[in-house]
Amino acid sequence: MAQRNPYEVLGVGKDASAEDIRRAYRRLAKQHHPDLNPGNQQAEARFKEINAANDLLSDETKRARYDRGEIDESGAEKPQYAYAHYRDFAEGAPGAKYHAAEGMEPGDLDDLLAMFGRGTRAGFGGTRAASLRMPGEDYRYVLTVDFLDAVNGAKRRLALAHGKSLDVTIPAGVRDGQILRLKGQGGEGIGGGPRGDARIEIHVAPHPLFRREGDDIHLELPVTLAEASLGGKISVPTPAGDVAMTVPPHSNTGGILRLKGKGAPKPDGSRGDQYVALKVVLPEGGDPELTEFLRHWAPKHPYDPRRSMGRNSGKP
Amino acid sequence: MISFEAVCRMVEGIEPQELERWIHERWVLPESQPEGYVFHEIDVARVRLIVELRRDLAIGEEAMPVLLNLLDQLYAMRRRLKALADAIDALPESSRLALQALLNDDKETE
Repeated sequence: MAQRNPYEVLGVGKDASAEDIRRAYRRLAKQHHPDLNPGNQQAEARFKEINAANDLLSDETKRARYDRGEIDESGAEKPQYAYAHYRDFAEGAPGAKYHAAEGMEPGDLDDLLAMFGRGTRAGFGGTRAASLRMPGEDYRYVLTVDFLDAVNGAKRRLALAHGKSLDVTIPAGVRDGQILRLKGQGGEGIGGGPRGDARIEIHVAPHPLFRREGDDIHLELPVTLAEASLGGKISVPTPAGDVAMTVPPHSNTGGILRLKGKGAPKPDGSRGDQYVALKVVLPEGGDPELTEFLRHWAPKHPYDPRRSMGRNSGKP
Repeated sequence: MISFEAVCRMVEGIEPQELERWIHERWVLPESQPEGYVFHEIDVARVRLIVELRRDLAIGEEAMPVLLNLLDQLYAMRRRLKALADAIDALPESSRLALQALLNDDKETE
């Protein structure tokens, strides 16, 4: 049931005093109290409604919030706006992405802010240079880069407001959340202050195969039963391309092999490692010969892979 | 990360061709990725702003860039003044009081 406006329920005006509300509530509650109207379903519903309205309006904080539209008739939080206003962003740091056109920059506020620096407060006629120096604004951008571009490095072009663009060199090994600072690519300074910088926050997109932890790369690699049991050389993808890796005999699912120096580059010039987790995969849909072999296979050294689970596993 | 299609769904009263044009005009600056545009919250808010300016204030295509540029100037100014206010806040109290006295003084002599 949609709830009615609590003011209407109590039959009072929006400007009703606390006393008015209490009096209206008492009068209606008396009239509709279920105990005084046995068997009258309507009275019961009405009584509930009256109580809910009173709960809301008799509490000054709740009433004020309801009046401002922050909560609904039931006292539940009401989403103010399903979305944020532009100004919520524009006045914060992200707003600097949409900076004003060149020549209309706050650098031109020189005239205005020069007031702060005038030696005399005689008015605007003075010719003394402003002594207030203020660096220009840092322009902030977000750049999402491909996982492999973040590891290997890349060049990207950022489209800026007013027809400009900015070429960004993404250094190899850049991490998610890292900020690239391009000196002097921000807004004009005031009173001869230096230009601000462009601050580019890097977001690294995830990769379907690789996962990154710091400068190390992790990869889960499916291998056949034969490759795991007998060992051998197999080809492994790394961010820099495929490399050959030797799987030792008697490998197993969960076994981890390290490819030294195949991770992301570090600032000191060295590289992280790539860790390859093996995953034994049996043939899709089974293999008749393998099935046949296992059927007749009576292991001389039986093993219980569930032993470490500490319960009576194995045979049912 | 918000896709082009998601923006068209999220913002009422916008057609994909329009959004495409606005991006081309650089009224809105999503990231350009190989798999398409990537919008951030501020970009979506700006699309909404443009839609509202057109619908509620009847701002036409000709006037829109002028208005957006004025708004950008205004917000840039407000961000700079905020930076200035923060700097003033960080001053020792004596300096702030002196500044306040001067500001009040100005008011009285006007």
